[in-house]
Amino acid sequence: MTTQATPIRLRPPGNRVDQRAIPWWRWQLVLTAATLAVLLVVPGIFIPPARFWLVLAAIVVVVIAVPLAVLLPLWWYRVHRWEVTGTAVYTRTGYFFQESRIAPMSRIQTVDTERGPLEQRFGLATLIITTASSAGAVTVKGLDGEVAAELAHRLADITKLIPQDAT
Amino acid sequence: MTAVLTRTSDQWRRLDWRTIAITTATLVGFTGVSGFSLASVVSWIFGWSLASVLAWLVPGVVLIVAAGFVGDWLRWTRTRYRLSADRLEMHTGVFVRKQRSLPRDRIRSVDISAGIMLRLCGMAKVEIGTGEHVDKDKTSLELDAVSRAEADRLRRELLGQGPAGESDDQVLAELDRRWVWYAPLSVEAFVLGSGAFGGLLSVAELFGFEADVLTWTYNFLDSMPLAVAILIVVVVGGVVGAVGALLLFVTTWWDYRLDRESAGTLRVRRGLMTTHSVSLTEERLRGVQVVETLGHRLLGAAKVDAVATGLAEEEHGEESDHKTLLPNAPAELAHQVAASVVNAATSPTDPSILCGHVTAARNRRLTWATMIALVPATVLAVLGLLLTDVLLHIAWSWALVALGIGLPAAVDAYRNLGHAISGRYLVSRHGGLWRKTVALQRDGVIGWTISQSVFQRRKGLVTLTATTSAGRKRYSVYDVEEHKGLAFADTCVPGLIAQFLDPQPPS
Repeated sequence: MTTQATPIRLRPPGNRVDQRAIPWWRWQLVLTAATLAVLLVVPGIFIPPARFWLVLAAIVVVVIAVPLAVLLPLWWYRVHRWEVTGTAVYTRTGYFFQESRIAPMSRIQTVDTERGPLEQRFGLATLIITTASSAGAVTVKGLDGEVAAELAHRLADITKLIPQDAT
Repeated sequence: MTAVLTRTSDQWRRLDWRTIAITTATLVGFTGVSGFSLASVVSWIFGWSLASVLAWLVPGVVLIVAAGFVGDWLRWTRTRYRLSADRLEMHTGVFVRKQRSLPRDRIRSVDISAGIMLRLCGMAKVEIGTGEHVDKDKTSLELDAVSRAEADRLRRELLGQGPAGESDDQVLAELDRRWVWYAPLSVEAFVLGSGAFGGLLSVAELFGFEADVLTWTYNFLDSMPLAVAILIVVVVGGVVGAVGALLLFVTTWWDYRLDRESAGTLRVRRGLMTTHSVSLTEERLRGVQVVETLGHRLLGAAKVDAVATGLAEEEHGEESDHKTLLPNAPAELAHQVAASVVNAATSPTDPSILCGHVTAARNRRLTWATMIALVPATVLAVLGLLLTDVLLHIAWSWALVALGIGLPAAVDAYRNLGHAISGRYLVSRHGGLWRKTVALQRDGVIGWTISQSVFQRRKGLVTLTATTSAGRKRYSVYDVEEHKGLAFADTCVPGLIAQFLDPQPPS
């Protein structure tokens, strides 16, 4: 029915995540790779016959991890976006498998912020918005701690004002 | 009338005392039969006289029966329940006392079931729940067992109906005996077929015949040409499975009837030996789903499931039947029942209203089918060239079979894609082996997920998923043209997605 010249598209959400998310993601990758490398090297110290192969595997892990830790966070920073309007929450993630989620304010059940130890170091927080559908939760990672807390408050207030119709 | 009701229903009540008698009788029967067969096997193996073995066993049996009787008597004396104006309370537990209490306005389901013994005594088991399956211990309570009349009283009172007769009930569907013939095409047929063979073997083993049966079967099949032998196995398995599926259908769906009761509750009644009555309040209903397996689709049959909040979705067996509103029946009737369940004048699941998808969606499916056929074939062929010719033959025969099945299946899957808006309902259809047409209340949509892979983006397709609190929690429209899918989402739930569209559609 709609065969106009400019077909409608879903525009990307307005906001990027906080820039500090880049070092946060980077540290996550570095720590994961480092743990893996240590787990490989430690037995290598005690088991001489397997030392060569274990150390080689550890080196491979490091060689793969370094470019990933440099590039992936930059990439993720580009593809993670979010937006909160008066009536809905909208997020987008991914490139190869892009996923856009929209949750209407009136259906929001809980709003939580979560801060892991690493997130705390960078002053970041994750915002988790749930609806009555277990498949409908919306999460925004890598927000500035203050912004996330303020958003959580705002959302809680708005959802209190809007007549609830959760399910 | 109401005053009398409130006064009488305020008292604490006990379960029916005959529960103890039934438990004891069942235990006597069970231990008697199993004890006697154990005794005969033991006496046969060790060559002792049956009487002396029984002399040892009988005291044990008596002890078990006595323990069962005392246990159930204790449970009976310590279980009480009360239906007050705003709560249903139950106290139970022999050693650990448990006190449960459900607010009456939260109660959404009252399911009644009765096994053969309970039925003979005019009694039934009642399970009362709030319709949430989060924590079964907290959200439901079971009365095992009360008299049939008491079960009915509870059901009517809890689901907000007066104690009136059934005259105002509206029958939506009743069992037609001819539906039985759809049963052998169900998945159960295959499972039962192989299960029955296994069962036969284990019975044979019990009597020490297993080796004989196997040798006999093997010799018999070995004397035939290979093709005939395979055919015999398939036919025997199929027949056994079909008979099993027929029996299962008859025991499950005998006396099936779907009603809409005065207070807007849907009620399914069914069962030959064990009877079930499942009630579903309309406020829990978010839509219906029509399911057709490939076999049933070819025969023009379909079944109808409820899409409701708080129904057990993952559980199997008896539980999974809880959401079935109509067993496999002629498709036309299924769509009609779907329409009357959701109170719609025209059937929302009717295939003729569905809007098909663009050919790009078909090409995606054809690509998948080709990949599944050719990727393993190529790997096998390369290995075959390097190692042995056998792999080459496997490679080309795999490619032929996989393409022969895969390409038609891909086209079929594409043809089954469809979506529509029918009144208050969003309709989506997909699937080949299991074709599902879901009609979901547009009010019940509590969010959208729009996913797009790189391949979909190149072809301008998206998969649009509506999230909801009912049923499987997410229902998708697969591979729909991007602008069409977005416009569809906008029409389904006005004023939600429009603000994120570019350019904004005229509202």
